[in-house]
Amino acid sequence: MKRRSLLAGAGAFLATGCSKLAETGPVSSLLSSVEDWNRGLHDLLGRRTALAREFSSEDISPVFRGNGTTDPQDAAYKAHLAANFALWRLGVTGLVSTPLSLSLDDVRALPQRTQITRHDCVEGWSAIGQWTGPQLAHILEMAGVKPEARFIIFHCADMLNGSAYYESVDLVDAFHPQTIIAHSLNGEPLPVKNGAPLRMRIERQLGYKHAKYLTGIEAVASLADVGAGKGGYWEDRTGYQWYAGI
Amino acid sequence: MTKPAPQRKHALPTRLWHWLNAACLIGLFMSGLGISNAHPRLYWGDYGFDRADAWLHLVRFPNWMTIPGHYSLAEARLWHLLIAWPFAFGLLLFMVVSLVNHHFIRDLVTRPREWRWSAIKADIVKHLRLDFRHEGVKFNFLQKASYGAVIFILLPLMIFTGLAMSPGMDANWPWLLDIFFGRQSARSIHFLCAWTLVCFLAVHLVLVLLSGPIGQIRDMITGGT
Repeated sequence: MKRRSLLAGAGAFLATGCSKLAETGPVSSLLSSVEDWNRGLHDLLGRRTALAREFSSEDISPVFRGNGTTDPQDAAYKAHLAANFALWRLGVTGLVSTPLSLSLDDVRALPQRTQITRHDCVEGWSAIGQWTGPQLAHILEMAGVKPEARFIIFHCADMLNGSAYYESVDLVDAFHPQTIIAHSLNGEPLPVKNGAPLRMRIERQLGYKHAKYLTGIEAVASLADVGAGKGGYWEDRTGYQWYAGI
Repeated sequence: MTKPAPQRKHALPTRLWHWLNAACLIGLFMSGLGISNAHPRLYWGDYGFDRADAWLHLVRFPNWMTIPGHYSLAEARLWHLLIAWPFAFGLLLFMVVSLVNHHFIRDLVTRPREWRWSAIKADIVKHLRLDFRHEGVKFNFLQKASYGAVIFILLPLMIFTGLAMSPGMDANWPWLLDIFFGRQSARSIHFLCAWTLVCFLAVHLVLVLLSGPIGQIRDMITGGT
């Protein structure tokens, strides 16, 4: 018992020591620069434009887990759900030459891409599903992204702990061929828990990047003025990395 | 004529790496347990999230075992991914240096006669009698085998199963998924290898304690003679 408590003491010392260290300036900035090193190493070892593996229909998970918001309680969303999203609009705004407002029919009428991919949650689990929707690149080309735009923000209808969910990617991921706005999962309209009626698919990054209940796409020059400035709901709050490729 | 410098028991690069690696493994293990707490189930294959699919239901590791010392997946990941750098590149550098300074060839390579069962049995019996003398060579067979397994199998497996869990790496190196039979299998192997390393550490510490800990630790710091 004594050895065990010694071990526990040493462990607790390290654990709290690290927590205290993380609050000091140099260690805190070291921890936040890790994200840049990881992204740099990924760029060095491969291409950001590489395609995520696509699976066959036999590999699809029997159910696709919903996480985060799985049932938005917002009255406006509930009204849209009751109306089968007939009046849902997807806005394309910000640094674009032609702002757009697309209905679900407009989204479905665009050239479609279907892909069976693996979804990796930051928590550790994975699910495989078949997603269908237009490429974000196609929509951005329709709207004409201005040269000063550097990031694409995804605005969402769901509130989590009183704040609107949002996410963002750089233009490499925005124009990646597998970055699609999915309206269907496994051949059916998106279930509510998976982001009905529209969600992003940012394959090659973790699940929290794949914004659900998508209402708007905004091209911006900087992330500083959106939310708390770190590029996403979880990035602003808990310190999840903005580059979620690892 | 000057006398050649005395041959040290442990070369400087070996000692530096030994302690760097020890510190990294402790940090990676404790932050890894913090990450495990976010989803304490393990699966085989490409996907897994359902209770029914899990082959192992883990406990929630207590706060004194995790970095940070409270539940925070974001902070645990930051520590884990930070320490992974000195761990992985330290191992790579140690491997290159140990090839160049002949540490691997001289001290870790086994001879065919050492693999004979009678020789292995004799080595085990000697260990059980707490007889740690080895004639002329630095390491006995069990040491060579266990150090070799750690350096060339377990530690590289930790790195590559870790990379296989990264969706960005999987897109560029899809063979990572093939060699480990899917991302969730890689996650399971990552976990199993981590605990195997803890078992190695436990045996390693017990044997250091039984074979004169003060001298052993001193030699691993100063180099010994």
